[in-house]
Amino acid sequence: MYVAVKGGERAIDNAHAWLAEERRGDTSVAELSVAQIREQLSLAVNRVMAEGSLYDPDLAALAIKQARGDLIEAIFLIRAYRTTLPRLGASEPVKTADMACERRISATFKDAPGGQVLGPTFDYTHRLLDFKLAAESEAPQASEAEPAKGQTPHITGFLNREGLIQSEPESDETPPDLTREPMELPADRALRLQSLSRGDEGFILSMAYSTQRGYARNHAFVGELRIGSVPVEMEVPELGFAIEIGEITLTECETVNQFTGSKTEPPQFTRGYGLVFGQTERKAISMALVDRALRWNELGEEDQGAPAQDEEFVLMHADNIQATGFLEHIKLPHYVDFQSELELVRKLRREAETQSMPEVAE
Amino acid sequence: MTDQAYNFAYLDEQTKRMIRRAILKGLAIPGYQVPFASREMPMPYGWGTGGVQVSAATLTPEDTFKVIDQGADDTTNAVSIRKFFQRTAGVATTEETDKATVIQTRHRIPETPLGEDQVLVYQVPIPEPLRFLEPRETETRKMHSLEEYGLMHVKLYEDISQHGAIATSYAYPVKVEGRYVMDPSPIPKFDNPKMADCPAIQLFGAGREQRIYALPPYTKVVSLDFEDHPFDPSKADHACDLCGAGESYLDEVITDDAGGRMFVCSDTDYCRARREAGHLGAQAAVMEEEAGA
Amino acid sequence: MQSDALQGGFTDAPVQSAQAFRAAMNAMARPGRAETLDAATPPNPVSRAAGTLILTLCDPETPVFLGNSHDTPAIRDWITFHTGAPLVGPEMAAFALGDWAALQPIAQFRSGTAEYPDRSATLIVEVPELRTEGAVLSGPGIQETTLFSLPEVAPFQQNATLYPLGLDFFFTCDSQVAALPRSTKVEGT
Repeated sequence: MYVAVKGGERAIDNAHAWLAEERRGDTSVAELSVAQIREQLSLAVNRVMAEGSLYDPDLAALAIKQARGDLIEAIFLIRAYRTTLPRLGASEPVKTADMACERRISATFKDAPGGQVLGPTFDYTHRLLDFKLAAESEAPQASEAEPAKGQTPHITGFLNREGLIQSEPESDETPPDLTREPMELPADRALRLQSLSRGDEGFILSMAYSTQRGYARNHAFVGELRIGSVPVEMEVPELGFAIEIGEITLTECETVNQFTGSKTEPPQFTRGYGLVFGQTERKAISMALVDRALRWNELGEEDQGAPAQDEEFVLMHADNIQATGFLEHIKLPHYVDFQSELELVRKLRREAETQSMPEVAE
Repeated sequence: MTDQAYNFAYLDEQTKRMIRRAILKGLAIPGYQVPFASREMPMPYGWGTGGVQVSAATLTPEDTFKVIDQGADDTTNAVSIRKFFQRTAGVATTEETDKATVIQTRHRIPETPLGEDQVLVYQVPIPEPLRFLEPRETETRKMHSLEEYGLMHVKLYEDISQHGAIATSYAYPVKVEGRYVMDPSPIPKFDNPKMADCPAIQLFGAGREQRIYALPPYTKVVSLDFEDHPFDPSKADHACDLCGAGESYLDEVITDDAGGRMFVCSDTDYCRARREAGHLGAQAAVMEEEAGA
Repeated sequence: MQSDALQGGFTDAPVQSAQAFRAAMNAMARPGRAETLDAATPPNPVSRAAGTLILTLCDPETPVFLGNSHDTPAIRDWITFHTGAPLVGPEMAAFALGDWAALQPIAQFRSGTAEYPDRSATLIVEVPELRTEGAVLSGPGIQETTLFSLPEVAPFQQNATLYPLGLDFFFTCDSQVAALPRSTKVEGT
């Protein structure tokens, strides 16, 4: 017999208590510290910072711990925290030419000033499980070299000297911020890049992959991929000049893509661009490919109707916090709507039974 | 008690001002979806973040707040949202419709008629009534600006030719003051007539989709229909088995695996008040027995 | 900046602005019906109601135009200090403050675009009195009709013909506010 469901509040409290217990796991196993996550799961931390749009490795590590390793949940925690932070000011644009590179590779030239620096990459590891890691081990030590002196020039800069690649317009305008203003379409490139940079890695990856497989193929070469730290500067009104307030690690990818040209303009290569917090190169490369695909209109290319060319489709579905929230909300009760559907279907069936069915419903 | 770690009603003042400005424009252009810079809230998108932001911008410490989901005060998400504002705004809460000054709702309009001193805040998942006919915002915005609603009429008409009736039973589109076609949120069409000429202020918040819209009191709200197929706000042809109400929206509850079922008011406060006033439905006695056991 | 500019703001902004917004919302939702707004003490000749509205709704994101009746250094400083709103010409303004004559011609303000009719100015008009007599108002927010002392009739009739574009108005006097959105139909008597 029916008794109205009561006690929602107690059920929620109990669920939260159980969740906390599960998060801790077997108490005979040592508890993870936030510092351990920050240091030893740093690529997870980087992803949470990138998609959470907040550069703070300690908070990202805390979020990962709290989220039991569910990175989208951790990103959500960071986003919700981020919105409550007061905005004290805006930094100057970072100069990636000043980056102290840990990794810097180009696929378009065998060598270039600044050199090819592999850095800490999985690229040439054989993906064999390393059972030694299962046991506590000594801290590995890599050999060290003198850090490179001076700037590492951008590869596209070399192409630009010959006019072989399109130069991008420079502007000192404050870019739009989709976390402060509602998204308006069509979006300009700055807004698209912001959306891609904080978009879901898996989604951006798949969109990029689709362009490689022929859905708006744009023949991308990785002109350059660089990872390293850059200084962040901020102008302090009281001082009247910019001071360095810290350093962040960034991954930057510039792709060199198929050339365009017309009767009036000689052929030139074009660019796609990716810039993401932390060491996040899969994301940065994907972002550059999708950025390039979304530029079809401004570069005078044909709309092939490919998903990655469709700005509204890409931008409205790139955010995993929006996506997961809406997806998961269908777990909530919908019995009122369902009842409404139930009544309608019953009514239509009743009517269909009582009436002789028309031969053809035109 | 208010949680001191956060601002009154959680949101910072600048965010509330931005939402408040959007609400005022929404009231000035009834049914038009005002874009707003929806914030990431500490609950998931799709779980009422739009309604929560509108409530946060609307509540004062003097308010009495009620939250319902599916008409019920004790569904888990309603409980969660009510608790959020108890913590962050320190407002009094109630389950009684007529004691509330601000009511946040998902999927229902209370059965008890609303009064002039009340604000009803709807949680909206997809604010664009044309979205399922045209997925692109760039297109639907144009259609609203040109008052080009032919697509909607074609859809409803196709329903009639296929099913003999309009096959939309919830989120049934309405036209506001003869101008904007508006999504009433996924309320059952049974509730649509309550939106028209309502003495209360009705506010709609869609967080993920970044839209706010509004109906001032006594606004003309007409459910779309055709002369030969008038709008029919039907509901289950039963009375409530607990309180005997014949005019309330009913949930169908399956009671055993032999086809047993009963119909009960979806508005739990309305049903409780009626039972307390002595109204009894066909199975009320059985329920009392079970509940007491 | 004069030190007076620092005075007369909210003492408890989160609560006072919440209460003030509810009054402003009720006013906009029920055209022609007066509400009380008295939390701010702005410099003369700004009314308490207009000052409270400005503190409640304006910030660095909302350019404000001051009509010459209200364009004094003290008022500029007060608005800048308390809200950070940029002071601009009429065609850029999200909000405008002044007496009725100082805001003329109202066609100089933004009335929104067909796709975004909300991108329109809200005018805060200081009036000598708010009375329930004069023009006949009808439309959303009004059960049948209501009477309200508008400074003129024709400009508001003209504004309503732009619907869904148009301007929205708050009328302020001492600590009272009433509103007239673009959706209201106005008849002379």
